[in-house]
Amino acid sequence: MFEIVEKRLLADGIFLTRVHAPRIAKSALPGQFVIVRADGNGERTPLTIADYDTADGTITLVTQALGVSTRKIVAKEVGESFADVAGPLGRPSDFVSMSDEELHRTRFVFIGGGVGTAPVYPQVKWLHEHGIEADVIVGAKSERMLIYTDELARVGRLHIATDDGSRGFHGLVTALLEKLVAEGNTFDRCVAIGPMIMMKFVALTTKKLGIGCTVSLNALMVDGTGMCGACRVTVAGKTRFTCVDGPEFDGHEVDFDEAMRRQGMYRTQEERALAIMREREAGHKCNIGLDK
Amino acid sequence: MANKIPRVPVREQNPAQRAANFEEVCYGYNANEAMLEATRCLDCKNPRCVTACPVGIKIPRFIERLKEGDFSAAADIIAEDSSLPSICGRVCPQETQCEGSCILGIKGEAVAIGKLERFIGDWQLEHRTAEHAAPATNGHRVAVVGSGPSSLACASDLAKMGYKVDVFEALHELGGVLVYGIPEFRLPKQAIVRKEIEAVRRLGVTFETDVVVGRTVTVDSLLDDEGYDAVFIGSGAGLPRFMGIEGENLNGVFSANEFLTRANLMRAYDNESDTPIYVGRRVVVVGGGNVAMDAVRTAKRLGADATIVYRRSETELPARREEVHHAKEEGIEFRMLTNPTRIIGDERGWVREINCVRMELGEPDESGRRSPVEVAGSDFRIECDAVIMALGTLPNPLIASTTSGLETTRRGCIAADADGRTTREGVFAGGDTVTGAATVILAMGAGRRAAKAIDEYVKAKNAKQ
Repeated sequence: MFEIVEKRLLADGIFLTRVHAPRIAKSALPGQFVIVRADGNGERTPLTIADYDTADGTITLVTQALGVSTRKIVAKEVGESFADVAGPLGRPSDFVSMSDEELHRTRFVFIGGGVGTAPVYPQVKWLHEHGIEADVIVGAKSERMLIYTDELARVGRLHIATDDGSRGFHGLVTALLEKLVAEGNTFDRCVAIGPMIMMKFVALTTKKLGIGCTVSLNALMVDGTGMCGACRVTVAGKTRFTCVDGPEFDGHEVDFDEAMRRQGMYRTQEERALAIMREREAGHKCNIGLDK
Repeated sequence: MANKIPRVPVREQNPAQRAANFEEVCYGYNANEAMLEATRCLDCKNPRCVTACPVGIKIPRFIERLKEGDFSAAADIIAEDSSLPSICGRVCPQETQCEGSCILGIKGEAVAIGKLERFIGDWQLEHRTAEHAAPATNGHRVAVVGSGPSSLACASDLAKMGYKVDVFEALHELGGVLVYGIPEFRLPKQAIVRKEIEAVRRLGVTFETDVVVGRTVTVDSLLDDEGYDAVFIGSGAGLPRFMGIEGENLNGVFSANEFLTRANLMRAYDNESDTPIYVGRRVVVVGGGNVAMDAVRTAKRLGADATIVYRRSETELPARREEVHHAKEEGIEFRMLTNPTRIIGDERGWVREINCVRMELGEPDESGRRSPVEVAGSDFRIECDAVIMALGTLPNPLIASTTSGLETTRRGCIAADADGRTTREGVFAGGDTVTGAATVILAMGAGRRAAKAIDEYVKAKNAKQ
């Protein structure tokens, strides 16, 4: 189960992993995520599904190696398997349950930031398959860090923004959105997936522009099925669970400051674990027991 | 004639030592101790213990065999009514069930029925591994959702009747609340839970982990696409409740489910585990049930000063008496008649203090317990850097909301009759998902009754065709 059938480096530290998970591939819809455990000691890590293929029973995950768990996930090679992949979890994107007429009436713009660009793809692709060409803004620090641009260009109208201007628009995704609107484009619904700080500013910008805003939150989780409540987020003044009530919420109603604070709850432990992992990789064995 | 000796004491790990490890607190009786304790049973003509047992285990009869040293016969007698004796012997609230109604308890101490049951259960796990080979199949297939006590009991009874049973578990480990909820120091996972599951596996039951019914597959797809004759839902009550007070989303506030899942299921206390856990130096656990005791004692073992805050008095604590006793021995502070009203954070959004009010007991409420009333102007604060909410759990709505024709009650539980029949034909349910959070023994009993009902249903359906 959960054998890796394809692995590619997409950008610095960002890997695509295609995994055999037939039950998940069959049930997955845009907007949903899975929980991955690399090995028997692994953390349950939520990852948004970047693509799914019912025909060959695989799902695609795009992971940026940041901490111990994501590094373990990207270290797995073709032919090896993950210990566990559970899903698809969370509610599918709202547009999946819209009527055809409503879908065609809505003008969508997607914004993908960094590794968050990958889960934008199944959404834009789903709309494309339903006869809708959406606008897609992809943002990254520089050209080198851009991912999924070719795939997205095939299913939507692609716009690129880089922080350093090495490709496309020179500036932030929010500035590019404002530029597109100023040029006469009109949008009803913006779907943003990326770093929490980006989604916060997309929410502020879309509010100003009078565009509806959907964000996909990447809160901390343990089980991902509604059991632990680690992923609590305040939306419109109410506590919601990202795993079962989300992961997509109305961006204008999310308390981003709380969400960002909660995301950092285990930062001390995570940084310590990563430092220990690096030391071990470098062949350093701690003699005074600091790795215990 | 019964022996008029005092209750045989049970050996336990000493409190100072065990408050720093996760090994089991109670060592249980050895054969001699168990046989001696068994001599205390009066073998009453009308055994009140049997009536008080939720599944009616024939207690004096199994104790009689135990006394004679025929452990195998004792195990057979228990097995008529219970499939998980080594687990129930450890986690049942005996003081309100069998032992609570023991005649000896009126003037002295009740027979240690729980410890005797545990002894027989453990003996059976150790000595009867080769028995119960997979029986001949009757050609019918049943899907079981979840792998906690109700599901294990239902699956094993159905397998013994010849059904091909497939169990689907959402998490990566089997056992449900037995592995994610109840800590190692109260219920050892490798030595007990895993062996109970292996015994079910030997009956030919298959288990598939990482299948979230309602998402990965649905009850509808199991019946319609995968061709199961019936489905049993034993998915438990896993949804944590919060108080709804100010500051509950501060960093350092957790549900007991999260805290215990990190510690038990994810083994966060083990250096080799990648899952982090935040403990803090001073932890306040809100609640008075078994889950609250489990959380507070886990926090203590991870090095924190740990306090229970409960709004009623000690007599109303719903936890097993033994757990309260053990917690006190381990140095847990108990603040009764205290109710949190607000959690206060520091400038970085982490818990700093919890504001509480004192309570006094008023008139009894619908549960028969005297309901706590706030004492006006009694506000005070407890300094702490972590707060764990152990306020009970509700069933997860995922399965009910994705199954057509499956009705729920006002409290969000799956509506089912005493034998587990739901409003949807071919779909049965039992355990916490029907009753709301309750006990292992009730869930086990419900699973067994549902197995009977499923057998009747499948036979009746085939007789018609």
